[in-house]
Amino acid sequence: MSQTNNNLLRIEDLVLHFGTTRGSVQAVDKVNFGLNANQAVVVLGESGCGKSSLAKAILRLLPRNVVSYSGRIYLDGNDVMKLNDEDFRQNIRWASISMVPQAAMNSLNPVIRVGDQVAEPAIIHLGVSKQDAVSLVKKMFQHVGVPEDFINRYPFELSGGMRQRVAIAMALVTSPNLIILDEPTSALDVLTQASIFNVLKRLKGELGISFILITHDIATSSELADGVAVMYAGQIVEISDAHRFFAEPLHPYSRMLMASVPRLRANVEPEFITGQPPSLLNPPKGCRFADRCPKRFDKCSEEPPTANVDGIQVKCWLYTS
Amino acid sequence: MIDKQRDVLLSIDDLHVWFELRRFGFGHAGYVKAVDGVTFDLHYGETIAIVGESGCGKSSLMKTILGLNKPTKGSITFDGSLDVGKLEGERLRQYRAKIGYVQQDPFGALAPFMNVQRILEEPLVINGVKDPAERERRVRKVMEEVKLTPVDDFMHKFPHMLSGGQQQRVVIARAIILEPKLVVADEPVSMLDASVRVEILKLLRGLQEKYQLAVIYITHDLSTVRYFSERVFVMYAGNVVEKAPVNSLVQNPKHPYTLALMDATSDPDANNALTYRELPPGEPPSLVKPPSGCRFHPRCPRRIENLCEVEEPYDLQADDHLVACWLYK
Amino acid sequence: MNTFKKSFRELVRYPSAIIGLVSIGFLLVVSVYALATIPYSEATRLWRGGEDVWYQNPKYAAPAWMNYFSDVKKPVSFAVSTRDESMTKTVETAAQGTSTITILHSFDYTYDEFPQEMILYFDGTYQDKLPFVSVAWIMPSGERVRIADLAVDRDLTFRISQDQKLMKRLHTEDVLPALFIEPKSESTVPVKGTYQLEITAVTFEANSDVNVEFVLHGTLYGAAGTDQYRRDLMLPLLWGTPIALAFGLLAALGTSLLTMIIAAIGSWYGGWVDELIQRITEINLVLPFLAILIMVGTFYSRSIWVILGVTVLLSIFSGAIKTYRAVFMQSKVSPYIEAARAYGTTDRRIIFSYLIPRMIPLLIPALVSSVPAFVFLEASLAVLGLGDPVLPTWGKIIENAFAEGALYRGLYYWVLEPAALLMLTGLGFAMLGFALDRIFNPRLRDV
Ligand SMILES: Nc1ncnc2c1ncn2[C@@H]1O[C@H](COP(=O)(O)OP(=O)(O)OP(=O)(O)O)[C@@H](O)[C@H]1O
Ligand SMILES: Nc1ncnc2c1ncn2[C@@H]1O[C@H](COP(=O)(O)OP(=O)(O)O)[C@@H](O)[C@H]1O
Ligand code: SF4
Ligand code: SF4
Ligand SMILES: [Mg+2]
Ligand SMILES: [Mg+2]
Repeated sequence: MSQTNNNLLRIEDLVLHFGTTRGSVQAVDKVNFGLNANQAVVVLGESGCGKSSLAKAILRLLPRNVVSYSGRIYLDGNDVMKLNDEDFRQNIRWASISMVPQAAMNSLNPVIRVGDQVAEPAIIHLGVSKQDAVSLVKKMFQHVGVPEDFINRYPFELSGGMRQRVAIAMALVTSPNLIILDEPTSALDVLTQASIFNVLKRLKGELGISFILITHDIATSSELADGVAVMYAGQIVEISDAHRFFAEPLHPYSRMLMASVPRLRANVEPEFITGQPPSLLNPPKGCRFADRCPKRFDKCSEEPPTANVDGIQVKCWLYTS
Repeated sequence: MIDKQRDVLLSIDDLHVWFELRRFGFGHAGYVKAVDGVTFDLHYGETIAIVGESGCGKSSLMKTILGLNKPTKGSITFDGSLDVGKLEGERLRQYRAKIGYVQQDPFGALAPFMNVQRILEEPLVINGVKDPAERERRVRKVMEEVKLTPVDDFMHKFPHMLSGGQQQRVVIARAIILEPKLVVADEPVSMLDASVRVEILKLLRGLQEKYQLAVIYITHDLSTVRYFSERVFVMYAGNVVEKAPVNSLVQNPKHPYTLALMDATSDPDANNALTYRELPPGEPPSLVKPPSGCRFHPRCPRRIENLCEVEEPYDLQADDHLVACWLYK
Repeated sequence: MNTFKKSFRELVRYPSAIIGLVSIGFLLVVSVYALATIPYSEATRLWRGGEDVWYQNPKYAAPAWMNYFSDVKKPVSFAVSTRDESMTKTVETAAQGTSTITILHSFDYTYDEFPQEMILYFDGTYQDKLPFVSVAWIMPSGERVRIADLAVDRDLTFRISQDQKLMKRLHTEDVLPALFIEPKSESTVPVKGTYQLEITAVTFEANSDVNVEFVLHGTLYGAAGTDQYRRDLMLPLLWGTPIALAFGLLAALGTSLLTMIIAAIGSWYGGWVDELIQRITEINLVLPFLAILIMVGTFYSRSIWVILGVTVLLSIFSGAIKTYRAVFMQSKVSPYIEAARAYGTTDRRIIFSYLIPRMIPLLIPALVSSVPAFVFLEASLAVLGLGDPVLPTWGKIIENAFAEGALYRGLYYWVLEPAALLMLTGLGFAMLGFALDRIFNPRLRDV
């Protein structure tokens, strides 16, 4: 996967900083990555490294305390950062890119029938009538594996897995090309996780939808990934394709992440990464991973460039020739 | 492996935990049979894992062991003589304090308005440690144990100032501060970031080995059990359907449901994305009206017609497993 | 201490908190000042009033600062006396115990209207022979008017405007204007300048003496004005402040704490305890709150303490109990309560150390914001004539003002002054409560 022919979405130098009383939080700091049509890219990273913020930055779902928001986002070759908010809302958000937000299944409105909640984006964005919306919702429910007669139920009448499927249906109903999934299965148990991934695989295979999958769970992320982007402290440190990444990642952080995964089918002792990610209020000057990195050397006190190793991009001094 | 010499710490016999459902706040509307006939023994210093989907009754079982729920039927015997179901009032209170409890949601498990020191002192205060110096000494000791160091940095922090992993360390510290013989850990890492899960599990295991704690580890994630427990119990719809030593279970699962759980569990592998996973159809059954016969039969790919939906399977020996499935008759 | 400092620093980040704190701080300073300078017995005595207490003041006088806002300057009342040496007094002793006392008082009169009244209160000391005084009035031009010649007994009041002899001497019924306009002048406004009152007294005994108090009733008085009983409104304004604050705070505190404890007990134990509390609340909600207070005030007692107690009692089982209960029900099943039960915590400790502290963030802003409601309640009761019979309060001022038709008569100050303090109280506590709410409920915070 190389960056130049990301024909669906290409993000360049995306920055999103939040203002707080203690300074600005560099949640997304010059992020570059992208994906092709009908591709799924996983964004991996620890809690607080900026994954959800990246999703918000792409969809321009900004909180009020943003102090810096810049960069270029090319969707089908057009820079959508140039659009004004109204055009972006009408033509991009939900129309082209939709999202299943973190904890979406617990954020459904408890007093509105799930069918009506799924219909809502279609009515707003596609202007479909109420009747058409019902049949559209039924079709969506079919895609995500929710029984059709659930449209008249309330969220509390559904299991967690079903509610998550409803949340996916809400993202799907406007037929976008790209869906951003923020931790879609973190709160679910294994069987439900696996069945949600079956749904996502089917959407990708049969409807040709692309995904950006945000998660901290490497094992399940391999269920959908074509490409992998590893995020650390607001920056992307490795962009790789799934086969090479899951076989052996390059960046020291990715390697340690991989080594921390407990495995069912191989008897290797998992090893955890000591320490904690740095604060994004005042990230370290050089390599942000330096204080936890076993391979650290003198160069690491300067910010590493992004090296290209046979098409894999690694932000680490070890790979600069 | 199970040391046959070890004495039984906790003996559970045909335990039922039913919750009454009420219509309009009164009027009986049936029972949620959250635990429906569970039997096992736990020995001193032994670690077991209980694995199952959400809603299969794992937490209800735990809370009954902790004395937070009353058994509907059957018995729990602690330390050879204490009949937990019959305890009341002050004696029940004292019993509860004998078991450490690690909960799923570390943030929720900590009172948001107490700092770490106060959180850890509470069990001591309640259980009669009157001397503040002694309390502080024990708080410091337990904080060292769970590696909340340097202790002084953490003592006065409030839960929201800690990361999820640190919060869970506080919860673990609280669970062991009264020096229990048994710790119950209910999905202790499922709400944590993948990267700190292993760290917390290793911490628990270290404490278990050091103090010869008996631990009941509850999880829905089979991939972690083998780093943690000696025996695994697989639970489905209120029943334990398979009991086996951990390696034997992982390498050679017998019950179709255990198999389904294993099939659903991913290891990082790019090929995962290329195929659909085989999963049992449908959702776990209602515990109010569980299916007749084998509770797994509506979803079981190997169902034996005219048997599985009629008669309830009991524990059958298969190698070193006990399996509640007619396939092993 | 440190956390207190930190919370305070966080608090003052909100402009509304500063407004609130400044307003409440002002009210507190006023309260302390009132309590320190006017003791309770003095306050109630003054408020009970009577001509002998308030004779120095005119009735219905607006505050003196009204002149700043008007082109027509109205006369401001004043009182001077030889006793406190605000009038100069010289004594010349002659032979045989006779002495001549000269009392002088000059003052600038720069107003465009005439005073309502000028009164001299004489107070002679003698054995058998009454002292004799002559009073003269000297206008800015030097024109001298003889006011009176009198024998002074122990207590003599001389109202200049009503003296028949003086009327004859000046050939007019309206004595006062005559004293402020040059004779033979056509003018209808007072001459501005320095006037002098000259009192010469002759005593005929060794220990005989004369003291005088000179009172000028203008149409303005003091910083707050007066009411129909000549009472200085400053008294109820000052003293009303600690009363209002105490009533509001005690009622808010009592109500909130008791409501919360009862809600906690009910939701923790559930069952019939909870049912009972729920039913009492529902009954209480349909009881006419104000009507009951009025009945208590009319038939039982109007003492502020009784009213406070009844108010608290009636407010405990309010809608808030349902709100608190909902939150308690939620925290009751929260994992940290479950953990506390698991390590053997007693029910009582769970209620007081786990459930209630969780509510403090909800309680404090609500408590602070509810203070004005109670302050207004107390004022409203007073307006309805059910205020405490002995205490000077803001509500009492308004009650009197309404009774006297102050607004129809253009005596706006009478209503506006207490109203302003009530508004300030409302504003102060509402603003502070608003900021506290933001701090304690981070969901509302702007980050
Ligand atoms: N509105 C905001 N204002 C200030 N800081 C914010 C805001 N939103 C997020 N942050 C901070 O930005 C950083 C990245 O947050 P983000 O939610 O993107 O993390 P994440 O990778 O999605 O983590 P998680 O796995 O916990 O969801 C964190 O340090 C977070 O505290
Ligand atoms: N207090 C209760 N009242 C009624 N039903 C309950 C109660 N506690 C648990 N249940 C029900 O019992 C079943 C098992 O729950 P639980 O033991 O929490 O499952 P698990 O921990 O395996 O996810 C669920 O259907 C749950 O809704
Ligand atoms: S740049 Fe240096 S510190 Fe950073 S990951 Fe590479 S080797 Fe480690
Ligand atoms: S008893 Fe029958 S239905 Fe149940 S698990 Fe075994 S084979 Fe399947
Ligand atoms: Mg996130
Ligand atoms: Mg559970």
